[in-house]
Amino acid sequence: MPKYVIVGASAAGIGAVEAIREVDPIGTITVISEEPCPQYSRPMISDLISGKADFEKMKCRDDHFWKKNDVQALTGRTALSLNLSDKYVALDKGDHVNFEKLLVATGGKPFIPKIEGANKNGVFTFTTLSDAESLAAKIEKAKSAVVIGAGLIGVSVTEALVKRGLKVTMVELQDKILSLILDPTASEMVENAIRKAGVTIATGQTIQRVIGKTENDNIVGGAVLTSGEQVQCDLVIIAIGVIPRMELVSGTDVKTNRGILVDKFMRTNVSDVYASGDVAEAYDFVFGENRLLPLWPLAQLEGKVAGYNMAGKKADYLGGTAMSALKYFGVPIISIGIANPKDDAAYESIVKHEPERNLYRKIVLKDNAIVGVTLVNDIERAGILFHLMKNGVNVKKFKQELLSDDFCLATLPRSLRRKLYPGEYK
Amino acid sequence: MGCGLCEVYCTVQHSKSKDIIKAYNKENPRPISRVKLEVHKPVSFAIQCRHCEDALCVTACLSGAMQKDEETGLVTHDTEKCIGCWTCIMVCPYGAIKMDASGKAVSKCDLCAELEVPACVANCPNGALVYKEVKP
Repeated sequence: MPKYVIVGASAAGIGAVEAIREVDPIGTITVISEEPCPQYSRPMISDLISGKADFEKMKCRDDHFWKKNDVQALTGRTALSLNLSDKYVALDKGDHVNFEKLLVATGGKPFIPKIEGANKNGVFTFTTLSDAESLAAKIEKAKSAVVIGAGLIGVSVTEALVKRGLKVTMVELQDKILSLILDPTASEMVENAIRKAGVTIATGQTIQRVIGKTENDNIVGGAVLTSGEQVQCDLVIIAIGVIPRMELVSGTDVKTNRGILVDKFMRTNVSDVYASGDVAEAYDFVFGENRLLPLWPLAQLEGKVAGYNMAGKKADYLGGTAMSALKYFGVPIISIGIANPKDDAAYESIVKHEPERNLYRKIVLKDNAIVGVTLVNDIERAGILFHLMKNGVNVKKFKQELLSDDFCLATLPRSLRRKLYPGEYK
Repeated sequence: MGCGLCEVYCTVQHSKSKDIIKAYNKENPRPISRVKLEVHKPVSFAIQCRHCEDALCVTACLSGAMQKDEETGLVTHDTEKCIGCWTCIMVCPYGAIKMDASGKAVSKCDLCAELEVPACVANCPNGALVYKEVKP
């Protein structure tokens, strides 16, 4: 019987395999994955569209990953249901796999709102390699596209389509693009770059319905916005966001909220069952509570923590927070934690904005500790700020210096450096 | 003392010509230094990739370009695989990763793989930079 069973082979699944093998070189591992292809980087699917990367470049592990880690890989297979009392996963061909320890790393699926005409040929979601390949096959002949949603996925697919010469209209329900991770100033800086690239941005709106072409109603010909405006297009991409894929645990004893609930060891409430990645609600150290954070680096880290604990090595997940590094339309941006603090006296925002240099730095503080960082264009010291943030450092004495062009490790008082970087003073 | 020679020798070592004048005057784009001189008067020191045991940049890397070499312990960076997403820059607690000269990938210390002693160490006039193996 396989000792470890992992459902899902993206960031969290890979992280878990690597961690288990670090601790336990012989325990059998079975991985079940719907995707038949080798491990690839989901965030790179837009690079496949733009032509910046081929599949070879998207592979994030070497070709012998399964073999090297002695994994029985059931790829192209679907895990249908769980039996927690007899400890097995039922698979699509009527067979099943028993487990001693199970990791649910099923990830997320695109959220698709009810839109009239969304079944027409030419409407796509944008989450997996296969989504990207289907979209890529249509691009040659397409001239224009409507992208619904101006979050991370929407902006990345928009950039890729623009690079392929398409005329794109981006439609966003909120007043600003990337509103979950950027404040209005930073958002506007990206908006300007996107508009410069010829994209039309329609905010405060969504799509009423997708309409067909006059010659064939089954093929996408345009979209009607909530304002009533009609935009002609050959493609519609739904990029509103992802929601956890919880089908596998639904109806079982595994507790869920918006995602599967886990503790700091990535354990669910059911013994020997773990969850990691986009399907899980893990700890956010800024908010001090568990919440959904569907981000690649966190998924990989959570998977790693789950893997260690499954293999018997105690490891804590110290918590993540919203964190995004953006490269879109040539504007480097890093956003960590809170970008838009509530209108509350508890928060203090310190800001440096120099439009002539296209430079923006904003740090959000609560009780003199950093809880949010936004950097536009000069991003290279972001990691130091993130480190201060993770350690809850009181920055009162040097907070204005955090915004300075010269801010660096040497800015930190010596005693603080010793505390934060103990390895350097051995 | 903040002389910056570490940056100069690092730049030259990672240039095409390996010649200081050509590297600074002729190469376009000019190669960048992978070591950073951190200055906040009167404090100054050089910082480069620490090749962390538990490297956050490796876990965070979106493309698999950043890897931990199990044998040498080095954190290696494959420029060909790098997509310049800046995620590693976001998580490096030392701020030791930079955008490279092309602006399309990152660049960081490789400990001068082809030299016995890294260029910054060999050319530090004050012995401030030391190269030695430390057990994790």
